[in-house]
Amino acid sequence: MRLPETPQETRIQCTVNGRAARFHVHPMARLLDVLREQLKLTGTKEGCGEGECGACSIELNGKLVNSCLVPALHAEGTTIRTVEGVADGERLHAVQEAFIACGGAQCGICTPGMILAAVNLVERHPRPNEAEIREGLSGNLCRCTGYIKIFAAIVRVCQKTGSNQ
Amino acid sequence: MTGRARYVDDFTLPGMLFGATVRSPIARGLLRQVHFEGDIPWKEFTIITAKDIPGKNCVALIQEDQPCLAAHFVNHPEEPVVLLAHADKCLLEEARRAVRLEIEPLPAILTIEDSLARKQVVWGEDNLFKSFNVDKGDVDGAWTSADFIVEGEYSTGAQEQLYIEPQGMIATANPRNGVTVWGSLQCPYYVHKALAVLFGLPKEKVRVIQMETGGGFGGKEEYPSMLACHAALLAWKSGRPIKIVYDRAEDMVATTKRHPSRTRHRTAVTRDGKLLAMDIEFILDGGAYLTLSPVVLSRGTIHSAGPYSCPNVRIRSSAVATNAPPHGAFRGFGAPQSVFALERHLDQVAKAVGLTPDELRRRNFVREGETLAIGQVIREKVDMPHMMKRAFKLSDYYAKRRRFAEENLRRRVKKGIGFSTFLHGAGFTGSGEEYLASVVGVEATPEGHVRVLAASTEIGQGTNTIFTQIAADALALDYDQVEIAQPDTANVPNSGPTVASRTSMIVGKLVESAALELKRMLTDSGFLQEGYTPAEFAGACARYIRKFGLLRSTSQYTPPAGVHWDDEKYQGDAYGAYAWGVYVAEVSLDTLTYETRVEDFVAVQEVGRVIHPVLAAGQIEGGVAQGIGYALYENVVWQEGRMVNGQMTNYIIPTSMDVPPIRVYFEEVPYERGPAGAKGIGELPLDGTAPAIVNAIENATGANITRIPVTPEVLMEALEDALA
Repeated sequence: MRLPETPQETRIQCTVNGRAARFHVHPMARLLDVLREQLKLTGTKEGCGEGECGACSIELNGKLVNSCLVPALHAEGTTIRTVEGVADGERLHAVQEAFIACGGAQCGICTPGMILAAVNLVERHPRPNEAEIREGLSGNLCRCTGYIKIFAAIVRVCQKTGSNQ
Repeated sequence: MTGRARYVDDFTLPGMLFGATVRSPIARGLLRQVHFEGDIPWKEFTIITAKDIPGKNCVALIQEDQPCLAAHFVNHPEEPVVLLAHADKCLLEEARRAVRLEIEPLPAILTIEDSLARKQVVWGEDNLFKSFNVDKGDVDGAWTSADFIVEGEYSTGAQEQLYIEPQGMIATANPRNGVTVWGSLQCPYYVHKALAVLFGLPKEKVRVIQMETGGGFGGKEEYPSMLACHAALLAWKSGRPIKIVYDRAEDMVATTKRHPSRTRHRTAVTRDGKLLAMDIEFILDGGAYLTLSPVVLSRGTIHSAGPYSCPNVRIRSSAVATNAPPHGAFRGFGAPQSVFALERHLDQVAKAVGLTPDELRRRNFVREGETLAIGQVIREKVDMPHMMKRAFKLSDYYAKRRRFAEENLRRRVKKGIGFSTFLHGAGFTGSGEEYLASVVGVEATPEGHVRVLAASTEIGQGTNTIFTQIAADALALDYDQVEIAQPDTANVPNSGPTVASRTSMIVGKLVESAALELKRMLTDSGFLQEGYTPAEFAGACARYIRKFGLLRSTSQYTPPAGVHWDDEKYQGDAYGAYAWGVYVAEVSLDTLTYETRVEDFVAVQEVGRVIHPVLAAGQIEGGVAQGIGYALYENVVWQEGRMVNGQMTNYIIPTSMDVPPIRVYFEEVPYERGPAGAKGIGELPLDGTAPAIVNAIENATGANITRIPVTPEVLMEALEDALA
C-alpha cells in the first residue's frame, strides 16, 4: 500500500544496541523496515509481516515485540536490542553458544528472533520450568527443529549459569 | 546466530529495482487482454508479458508444459501473467493492483474425481500426467482363497512447506554477459536449465548462486526456477538488477504444496493374518502443470505397499491434472500420502481378522531375501520385529494400551496410543541416479586446505557439516582444514538436486571417493606417505601444485553392482537402500472441544550408520513436528482452486506449545555403499508420523478416521458417526 502523503516524515531518536540512532521516516513505517533498510541491521528477518512467526522479534525497552507490528514512531526515546546486539563483540552470548552446542539452529532464518526470545526468557526466568520455556518461545515459529533442541539449549544455559552462582 | 548470515532479502545491488507479479484471479480461462489502469505513472515501470520472452516460454523441468508467463490461457488461480518492476516498493504494489486481466472464464476441474471423470479435459488428452502399474503375482486369483477381504478409502490434504524465509531471487541480465541469479533455492542446476531454455542462452552464459536459504523442505526444489525466470526477464529488459521477494501471502497461495491424494485399498487376508493380496489404487492431484508430479507419483506408488511381504500385489496409480496451482515437492515426496493410507488400512485389516495391529504386521514384515511389491529383493539386514519391540518398550506401549482402555471409560479427555511401521527409499527413485550421473570435486590449496565442490545446498539440514566431516575423515584432516564451496554453477559441478534424502548417502559418497582420489594422487606421486600429519599433508599439496599446477579430483556416480531397475516394466531395485522406521504416538483428545494433542512420541529408525548424532536427531525431530502438523493442524482451504487461508494466522503449524517430547532412537546397521556406512534420513519422519497419530486417535475413540488433517471438525464428525 502506498502510504498517505501526510503526515510528513518525522525524526526519531532511540538507542539501538547501545548506540544512539536517528532516522527520518514516515511515523507509520514498520520498525522492521527501519532497522533493516535505514540502519542496515538485516539480522532481524521478515517471515510473515503479521506478527505470527516471530522472525522479526526484537527487544523494545526490554520487552519482546514483533518489529513488523511496531510503527516507527513508537520507537521514539526507546532502547532497542536486535540480534546484532546480543553477542559482546566477538564473544557470543551464553544462549548463542548453547544453540550451537545443542543444534538449536538449522536453516537459521528463525534463529535471530528465537535467540532474542530465548535471551529475554532467561533474563526474566533464570531457572525456567518446561511450561515457562514453551510459553516463552510460543511466539516464535521454527519449521526445522521441532523445537526440541531449542528447549535443550535453554536448559543448558540455565544449568550453566545456575552452576556459576 | 549473530545476524550476520546473508539471505537473499539482506542483499542489495546498486541501482536495484523491485519486481512484482500480476497473477490470474481465476482458475481457468482465455486471456483476452491486459489493461493498465489507475493513476499510475506506467512509463516509469518495466513491464513484461509473455511476448518479451527471448527464448521458449516455459519453465523447463521434466516437460515444457508450464509457461513462465501465461500467454493465451490461464490454467490455475495465481498463474503469473504480467511482471512489473520499479524502484519504489509501495508504488509497485499499487501498480500491481491496477493491472486488470480480462479473462473469459472456462469451466475448471477442481477435484480428483472430476479430473478422473474427464468432466473437462484440462491437460493433454486425458488429464493424466502419468500412470504406473505394478503387478506382482496374481491378485485376481487370490480373492477366493481369502478368509477376509478388507476395503478402505483414504485421503490426505495439501500441505504448505512453510519455510520461514519466503521465496526470493535477485537477477542481473543482459545480452553481453548473460544471466546471473542469486537466490534462496535447493537445486542450482534446475534453475540453470530453466534459465538457459527461457533465454535461449548457451550454458556458460547462465550462472546460478545459492544464498543462505531459510528452509526448503522441497518447496524450493522447482519453484525457484519460475522465480529466477521472472527476475531475470525484468533485469534483461530494464538493464537493472532486480529483486523479487514474495510476501507470505503470495508465497502461500502461488507456490507449490504437497499433493493431495486419494488411495483405495482392497486386501485379502487369511484367518491367521497373512496378507494374500493387496489391490491398491493411488491417485495424486498434480495441479495444472506436470512439474515433478510423475516423480512424486513414482515414489508414492512404490511406498504404497510398505515394508511387507505379500505374494500378490496390484498397484494402479495416476497423477491427474486439476486447475489448482501445481503441487510439487515436499519432504517425503508422495510417500507420506501412500504410507498414511496403508498404515491406517492395516489397522482395519487387523481389526477384521481379530489380531492386534502389531501382531498383524509382525506376521507380514518383509525379511532379508524376500521381495517388495516392485520385485526388489531385500538384501539389507532389516529386523522390523526387533525395532517394533524396542519402540514398544520405550513408549510403554502395551501397558498404556491397557491402562487407557480402562481410564477412557470414565474420562472426558480420552487417551490413545498407536504406531506405524514403514520404510523410505533413499536417493532418486529407479534409474534417477543413473540419469543424473552426479559429479563432485575436491581441490586442495598449497596450504593444505581442502575445498569440496558440490552443487548440494545447505538449507538447514546440515549438508556443510556432513560434507566437512566426510572429507576430513577420508583425508585424516582436522575439520577446520576443510571448507565447502558456495554452490555457484560457475564454480561447482552438477552434483544433482538437494532432494530425496540423497545428499549424505549419494553425494556424500562422492565426496568421500573424490577425497580418497585426491589422497591417492598425492601418494602415487610420491609426495605423501600413509600415516601423515596435517602438516605433511600441506607440504605434499604444496609440492604437487608446484609440479602439476592444480590439485583437484572428481568423482562421478556409478550405479553399485547388482542394482538394476527396469523403467519399461517398472520393476527392480527401486532404491539402493531403504531406511526403516517404527513410530509410536500417544495422543489425548478432548471429547468436548475435539482438540487433539500429541503427548509423547517415540521414533525408532534404522538409517545405516549415523554420521552426526545431533544433526540426525534434529532431522527426525523436525520431520516429526511437520508430520504432527500434517496429521492434525495444517489444513489448506480451497475455494475455486485457490488457497483462501494463505496466512500464518489461519494456516496453523506446530508451535513450541504443541510439540510433545520427541524421543529419537537409531538402530545402527552400517550400509556398505554409503559414506561411512550412512543411508538417507531427511524424508523418513514425514512418512510414519501422521498414521501413528491417527491410529492412536482410533485407539482412544474407536473412530475410523480416513483423512488428514484431523481438525476438530473432522474429529467431531467421526466421533458422532462412531456413536451413531
